[in-house]
Amino acid sequence: MDFNENFIYGCSAIGAGLAVIAGIGPGVGQGIAAGHGAAAVGRNPGARSEIMSTMLLGQAVAETTGLYGLLVAMLLMFVKPFKG
Amino acid sequence: MLSGILLSDDIDFMIHGLFQYSFFGHEVWITTSHVCLLIVMLILIIFAIAANRAMSKATEVPTGFQNVVELIVEKLDDMVYSNMGNFGKRFRNYIGTIFIFILICNLSGLLGLRPPTADYGVTLPLGVVTFFLVHINQFRYNKLGDVWKDLTSPLPPWLPIWLPINLISEFAVPVSLSLRMFANVLSGTVMMALIYGLLKWAAVIWPAALHAYFDIFSGAIQTYVFCMLTMTYIKNAVPAETE
Repeated sequence: MDFNENFIYGCSAIGAGLAVIAGIGPGVGQGIAAGHGAAAVGRNPGARSEIMSTMLLGQAVAETTGLYGLLVAMLLMFVKPFKG
Repeated sequence: MLSGILLSDDIDFMIHGLFQYSFFGHEVWITTSHVCLLIVMLILIIFAIAANRAMSKATEVPTGFQNVVELIVEKLDDMVYSNMGNFGKRFRNYIGTIFIFILICNLSGLLGLRPPTADYGVTLPLGVVTFFLVHINQFRYNKLGDVWKDLTSPLPPWLPIWLPINLISEFAVPVSLSLRMFANVLSGTVMMALIYGLLKWAAVIWPAALHAYFDIFSGAIQTYVFCMLTMTYIKNAVPAETE
C-alpha cells in the first residue's frame, strides 16, 4: 500500500480528534466525584477541607485516562509516527 | 511539502536541543529542559541557603523569613504524618524534597520557562524512584512468603494464575504516575503556547487567569497527587503496624 504524505497527515489529524473523545469518561467521573463531594459537605460541613482534598485526589487520578487520550492525540499530531 | 499541521510558525512548545555531544558513541543533546532544570535548581539552592541562614540565627518567637520556612516544613511534615502515620518519619525528607522540587518545576511556567516536568525524561525517573522505594520497602518489611502471597493475591499462593496480571499492575505504577504528571503539565504548556501563538497581540493581561489555572492550580494539584500516591503506595507495601 502506498499513500501520499498529505493523506497520512489528514488521517493522523482525524485520529487525534477521535483520541480526545477519551475525555468523556473522566468528565463524567469527575462530575460524579464532585457531586458526591458536594453532598458530603452538605451532610458534614465540618469535614469540608478533608472532603475537598480527597475529592481532588480522586479527580486527579480519574483524569489520567483522559490524559492518555490527549497524549495519543499529541503523538499523532506532533511526533507523526506514521510519516511513512 | 508540509512541514507540519500547525497553522502558525509562532507556536512553539517543543523541547529544543542546545548542544550536541557524543557519549560512548551515542548522540546526546543538552536541551532546554536541562537549562530549565538548572534554573529551578538554582532557585532551590538560593532558597535553601537563605533558609539555612535564617534558621542558624533562629529566635524563640519566629519572625519574618523564619516564619515562612517553619510554616513550609510544618505543613509538609503534617501531610506526610497524616498519610503515613509514624512510619512517615523515614520518608518526610524525601517527600518534602520532591514536593518542593515538583512544585517549583510546575510553577516555572510562570517565569516563562518551559516547565521541566513537561518532559517525559524528567517525570519518568521520579516515577521509577517511587517504584523502587515501594518495592525495596516491601521486601524489607515483609517476609518473602507474604510478598508471594500478595502477588498471587485473589487466589491461593499455590495457584499463581493471577501472577502475570499482578506483575503488570505493579509495573504500571511508575508509568501511570509519570504519564499523569507529564500529560497534565504538557497540556497546560501546549494550551498556553497555542493562545500566545495564535492570538498574538490579543493575548494581553487576560491569559493571567489561564496561567492561574494551568500553572498554579493544575501544577499544585499534580504535585500533591504525586506525593500523595507515592506515600500511599509505600504505605500499602509495608505491614500496617510498621514504625
